[in-house]
Amino acid sequence: MSDSTAREEPELVQLLTPDGEYVPHPDYPFDPTPDHVRGLYRDLVLVRRLDAEAVALQRQGELGLWASLLGQEAAQIGSGRALQPQDMAFPSYREHGVAWCRGVTHRDLLAMFRGVTNGGWDPYEHNFHLYTIVIGSQTLHATGYAMGVQRDGALGPDGTAVITYFGDGATSQGDTNEAFNYAAVNNAPVVFFCQNNQWAISEPSERQTRAPIYRRAAGFGFPGLRVDGNDVFACLAVTRDALQRAREGQGPTLIEAFTYRMGAHTTSDDPTRYRASEEAEEWRRKDPIARVRSYLVREGMADDDFFAGVDAEAEKLGEQVRTDCRALPDPAPLDIFREVYAEPHSHLDQQRAEFADYLASFEGAEGAAR
Amino acid sequence: MTQQGIRQFALPDVGEGLTEAEILSWAVQPGDEVKVNQVICEIETAKAVVELPSPFPGRVSELLVEAGTTVAVGTPIIAVDTGGADGAPPAPAAAASADSARPAEEKPEPVLVGYGVKSGATRRRSRRRTGPPALSRPAAPQRGTRTVVLAKPPVRKLAKDLGVDLHAVTPSGPNGIVTREDVRRHAAQAEPQPAPRAPEPAVSAPAPTAADRTAREERIPVRGVLKHMAAAMVDSAFTAPHVTEFLQVDVTRTVKAVRRLRERPEFADVKVSPLLLVARALLVAVRRHPRINASWDEANQEVVVRHYVNLGIAAATERGLVVPNIKDADRLPLPNLARALAELTEKARSGRTSPADLTGGTITITNIGVFGVDGGTPILNPGEAAILAVGQIRDMPWVHKGKLKIRKVATLSLSFDHRLVDGELGSKVLRDVGAVLENPKELVLAWG
Repeated sequence: MSDSTAREEPELVQLLTPDGEYVPHPDYPFDPTPDHVRGLYRDLVLVRRLDAEAVALQRQGELGLWASLLGQEAAQIGSGRALQPQDMAFPSYREHGVAWCRGVTHRDLLAMFRGVTNGGWDPYEHNFHLYTIVIGSQTLHATGYAMGVQRDGALGPDGTAVITYFGDGATSQGDTNEAFNYAAVNNAPVVFFCQNNQWAISEPSERQTRAPIYRRAAGFGFPGLRVDGNDVFACLAVTRDALQRAREGQGPTLIEAFTYRMGAHTTSDDPTRYRASEEAEEWRRKDPIARVRSYLVREGMADDDFFAGVDAEAEKLGEQVRTDCRALPDPAPLDIFREVYAEPHSHLDQQRAEFADYLASFEGAEGAAR
Repeated sequence: MTQQGIRQFALPDVGEGLTEAEILSWAVQPGDEVKVNQVICEIETAKAVVELPSPFPGRVSELLVEAGTTVAVGTPIIAVDTGGADGAPPAPAAAASADSARPAEEKPEPVLVGYGVKSGATRRRSRRRTGPPALSRPAAPQRGTRTVVLAKPPVRKLAKDLGVDLHAVTPSGPNGIVTREDVRRHAAQAEPQPAPRAPEPAVSAPAPTAADRTAREERIPVRGVLKHMAAAMVDSAFTAPHVTEFLQVDVTRTVKAVRRLRERPEFADVKVSPLLLVARALLVAVRRHPRINASWDEANQEVVVRHYVNLGIAAATERGLVVPNIKDADRLPLPNLARALAELTEKARSGRTSPADLTGGTITITNIGVFGVDGGTPILNPGEAAILAVGQIRDMPWVHKGKLKIRKVATLSLSFDHRLVDGELGSKVLRDVGAVLENPKELVLAWG
């Protein structure tokens, strides 16, 4: 590749400009009906509110940790709303917006970050796998699952597609590149959805890759594209297209959603130590929610009552999140003995009995051991 | 509850496993109304500066910790009168301390992360002594017979730091576990007694009273800036072989140049001090000898030469020694450098130095002249190859143009890391700094 090719400005799929202007794209049809757009706006606002409340709860000692999605709402809601019920999603640990679209409750998410459960929800109930903290390994799980879908013969126009979420940092992992290759050679029905939020904790994306991430797919032999990750229309349209291709047996796609992590990596991180505030300011002008609001106003699709209604709903959700978080029950001490192994065995039984006796040795312990 | 509706908010662990934080500033005052999630204060932990939102609404009745104080996770920091009407569950006191004298209205709250609850606060049900525990492992062994002391690693570290033999400590934790409190108590009891006094002269001084004895010593906990300084200095002193060289310089012309600069319009709004010209002189020397602006990379066995200068200035503050640095100081025109110096000093004095200001330094100046001394052997800021100490400027007899005159003279002391800076390079740098200060005109004023 010559120098000039390497440096040309990557093409970015965008349907909604930061000013809220809708620009149709020939390859990615999107129908911005009032109901549809209002629904997306509501999703974006509510999930941002949920996220903000969780950050506050962590600061008040109610959660051990929280990974904020601030700034990435459009990438998650857009791709999440593109999923069909039968599709399976493999998230990393920041996909609260996708979880929202899949019907995973905030209680389930909070329980994990509060440390009162090791998992949180039944992946098959929502077709949304458990959060994966290990960087990039879920791309392999997704690829394997997709190969299973293939072997089940579950492909076709109404078949099953698989999507997996990861960040720019994960593209440096062996797992992710192995997943790309396996998916490609097996033509697996999987969409690799990379939220390039520019920062892998404190490592900027230019130290992650020399070439734009989406171009990596070409080397593995499948299509890749870059989408404006702060444009919910575009994220929805390109993901729907990629999922449909997968469903119909045309193999994997890499989507690089170009976005920005407006907050810290997690509540344990302080981004002011490593990045300039001007950068965040520049991205603030590209806010994913502001542009949908502009569009709604511009097109006369929503009035002040609508916006006030969504805001009130968001406030209510915030309070609900707070109340529910504090009410989360602690696990019973003996639960751990039935959650590690699928079936009991004698050594485990012995440990369990010893621990139960130990618990019973405290005064007033009747019934506490459950 | 004795006081209906008064709720306390205990400092949470906002990182993962943090033990303490400093309250930097309060955003509310007693009497203020607060809403849920309204920012009440800013705290600094080992990891980050973060804002804390209020967990409940009401009127602030008391700030329990002063700004600038470092407190342990679990310490109540603010009391809010919620009027008992907020309907929220009791305060999420993560690890309330025993001495907070909280009414026993709350059940112990779970500890989410970090260290366990202090023993006094757990209100743990005591063990029933109705028979031997059914455990196959031995119960807490008796003192004297055991060989292994039960204690968590941080407690072991504390004991080591305090010079306490864990075997000698009476454990109070469950199963004979030695707690942090036990170690502290033991250390306090084992305080060294005053050494036997030498035979008194015939006219003996009055025997010291108990009050005198306690006043003869003071124990200052090593934490915060002091702790950081100690660790950095030990790290530097015992890693980098230090060499210090001295040079006495006639700085009469520098003093005059400072006076002239003050009259220039571009310096009208900023303080100009000899330190500014020392900084510029060092930057000139770095430009001539880039290898002085470098660090030793032990892991990769490489010398890292920086093509930028983040100029550190050691500053004595109320909280102790901090060394913030001016980023890309080599690219600043003199007025901007003056402004950056003033801003850095002001921030350090008012305690607003940010973590970013404190990291990434490449070379440092320490102005010991302000303390009225001439020279010293400064210890390198870790990761840097050189540090320049500037002594006081004093009138001295000096041979100037062949005659004995009274001139302004200062001593420069340059310490360098002899792993990567040899005597020749170090001497050249020091000499060049001195030469610029002896004749500051052209170089200092023309550049930039």
